[in-house]
Amino acid sequence: MAIVVYKTYVVMCILARFTKFLVDGVCGASSNSHVEDAQCALSALMDGILYKKCLPPSVKGDSMEKLKIAIPLGSTCSGCDVAILDTNEKILELAENADIVFWPTAMDFKLEDFEKFPSKGIDISIFHGPIRTSEHLHMAKLAREKSKILVAFGACACFGGVFGLVNLANREEVFNEVYSNTITTVNPEGKKPEKKIVIDGMELTLPEWFDDSRPVNAVVDVDYYLPGCPPSPTLISDLIDIAINYAKKGELPPKGTVLGSQKSLCDECPRKRENKAIFDIYRVHEKIPEPEKCLLEQGIICLGPATRGGCGVQCITANMPCRGCMGPLPNVTDQGAKMLSALASIVGVGKEKELGEDGLRKILEKIADPVGTFYRYTLPSGIIGKNVKKQR
Amino acid sequence: MKTITIEPITRLEGEAKISIFLNDAGNVENAFFQVVELRGFERFCQGRPVEEMPRTTPMICGVCPGPHHIASAKATDAVFNAEVPETAKKLRELYLCAHIAHSHLLHFYALAAPDFVVGPDAPREKRNILGLIEKVGLDTGKMVIKYRAYAQKIQQMLSGRATHSVFGIPGGVSKALDESERIQIEEMGREMVEYGKKSLEIFDSVVLQNRAYMDLVMGDVYKIKTNFHGMVDKDGKVAFYEGTYRVIDVNGNEILRYPGNEYHKHLAEHVEPWSSLKFTYLRDMGWKGFVDGPGTSLYRVGPLARINVANGFTTPLANQAYEKFRSTFKEFPVQNTLAYHWARLIETLYVSERILELAGDKQITGKDIRGKLGKPGEGVGYVEAPRGSLFHHYWADENGLIKKVNLLVATGHNNASMNLGIARTAKALIKNWEVSDKLLNMVEMNFRAYDPCLACATHTMPGTMPIQINIYDSQGKLFKTINPQ
Repeated sequence: MAIVVYKTYVVMCILARFTKFLVDGVCGASSNSHVEDAQCALSALMDGILYKKCLPPSVKGDSMEKLKIAIPLGSTCSGCDVAILDTNEKILELAENADIVFWPTAMDFKLEDFEKFPSKGIDISIFHGPIRTSEHLHMAKLAREKSKILVAFGACACFGGVFGLVNLANREEVFNEVYSNTITTVNPEGKKPEKKIVIDGMELTLPEWFDDSRPVNAVVDVDYYLPGCPPSPTLISDLIDIAINYAKKGELPPKGTVLGSQKSLCDECPRKRENKAIFDIYRVHEKIPEPEKCLLEQGIICLGPATRGGCGVQCITANMPCRGCMGPLPNVTDQGAKMLSALASIVGVGKEKELGEDGLRKILEKIADPVGTFYRYTLPSGIIGKNVKKQR
Repeated sequence: MKTITIEPITRLEGEAKISIFLNDAGNVENAFFQVVELRGFERFCQGRPVEEMPRTTPMICGVCPGPHHIASAKATDAVFNAEVPETAKKLRELYLCAHIAHSHLLHFYALAAPDFVVGPDAPREKRNILGLIEKVGLDTGKMVIKYRAYAQKIQQMLSGRATHSVFGIPGGVSKALDESERIQIEEMGREMVEYGKKSLEIFDSVVLQNRAYMDLVMGDVYKIKTNFHGMVDKDGKVAFYEGTYRVIDVNGNEILRYPGNEYHKHLAEHVEPWSSLKFTYLRDMGWKGFVDGPGTSLYRVGPLARINVANGFTTPLANQAYEKFRSTFKEFPVQNTLAYHWARLIETLYVSERILELAGDKQITGKDIRGKLGKPGEGVGYVEAPRGSLFHHYWADENGLIKKVNLLVATGHNNASMNLGIARTAKALIKNWEVSDKLLNMVEMNFRAYDPCLACATHTMPGTMPIQINIYDSQGKLFKTINPQ
């Protein structure tokens, strides 16, 4: 235990120093716009987060005992880890109120250390990446058992994420493609990864790959959600504030709260909407958008109307449409269905008679990849995604 | 037979582990670097629109999404047979250079440097970035962090977001650079060049002037003999965004020179049932197993490979550093794995100089950023990522939907060499059942040199990988556990 405490201390010192340098470095010499942006977006977003007093039995209250936080992972790309590190000075505040006791990506703690914690011995687990293999499932179950609060962090943990598109195929099809079919693979014996293989008396093991990729709440109960791919530094700061508030006052938002805006991305988008109908649909490479007008009203599919806001409108700032990484709006289960309904309300409006059913269909058929467009980040959690799987 | 398992160690598309087997004499029989993650991009990208690939494939790795974004954008150019305007090419290259600076700095200072600067035998708790700062001083620590912060800021300014960027599209980029942004980048670039010089001075005083470290760098424990593969420009200089591939054999003779879109004619991948990551090798020579030396079909990529296949850099300061590097090693090509670090710092200076050059280029603020597209077909996109050559290959149908995808990533090229190097280090150090904490770090130092994706960036903070060695006896009973503390 002494070692764990010491290690945590060392890591926190490093993070603290690292953060300070970063802040000094960036703010000292160049523009500090992203710090300002972050603060500005933060205050806007705070309106969307409902706090509610709720004192669990093990409240920290005014005692100075630090929170124990774990950052376990599934099939992550580690972009979420980088995003956590990118919160810069905010990590300092967290360090005052919490010890990170398990973070395989950034720290020197083992699964074994995690397993040793008593049930509910960790205050908050922040889980990123989807569930793809037996190891990820084990990690998710462990995180649930050991933690009072489990947060699904990032689009993958919340909804399945981009990797959820793999559910359009199964494990065998994926293995065949990767280990047999690609142009550079030379595999006459048809080898593929095996759970257990013995070579000259040496036994080597790999985890079991599941047929599909799932969000965390498909395998264990989740308390809070923080979407985004990766989550924006602002939203991560919100999460840190929640953790600090919990440590100091024992206050928590209601279970099931999704950190982010309560409104759609369109609500914070700087582009102008004129409530125009659209009569043609363009792919991003087919049209140079006018700089200040709504992308969707220019015929470029943008998931803004069906997507929760709070990301900082980063993609749209680069003239690219939203692809929905913040997931569905509040009280909406199926982001894709919501987007279809948004589209239906603007495609061909006012000229339905002239266009007729064929004309309308012609416009909609220009959507190149409906499932990959409307469910880019949410296939495993949407209604359609579940049906796709059932029918297989 | 006893087994030592080190897990988890790294995350290139996910996690990995090392398994070391001891024979009855307590010496190393063999060692395996096993990757235990697979996402299946090759399959699930089928049916997706080609133009969406540059914003889908960065999720292959959240630590190095930048080169995936650019390689993918280049592949979509090729699919649509696009004419990419010069401004767009330069903006992409500027972004890629910034990414490389960020990645190289994070890797060297936070992950690798503690071994050298603080010392491979220093106590574990000192062998991290904190110990590093203690040793080199706060001002240097500040400098490094500012250097990297600039690199990240440039990426964000150009591409919308630093992680999982969106500005690369078929035929160009979606966002132009305005004059005020250009001025900011130029100012940062000017400072970055100074930091790049300073960085090499630190390496010089701490490593090159230190006999013990140089013995380690030059010694046999970290030496395997392979071919090398990397990109060069028309004059044979190191290139990241555009150029042709050059492959040299273990003696430094050129054995291949090919345009990136023919990669599949020259490179092939081998499958082993104990790893989810394939092993790339030179196709013409055939798979010969995990063997090095003359005739091997294994090759390495990344900073050392690029410096070995090229005849220098286009920028003056980096080229000066290159000359010094070449004259320090008597043998050519340089086969010493730890020399990757030095090469990495020279490249960091190069990309810094290149950022300054590009920021001062009149074309960089041009408004012509999207070129004409032809009919969709097949296309290959390639860049040099921080860790080495990266290929994206797409086949599209007449509607521009993906039919097939092939990806060759840097860590795949180095996969067999890492296995070989780890086995060599383990064999050299583990004898007669003696397994020490020092070994652990020595093994770590081996794959740290390659910076196998992920681990790198984020494992860096404490300076150690989350590794545990478990040694089992022949009945599978736990014999000994070694923790880093």
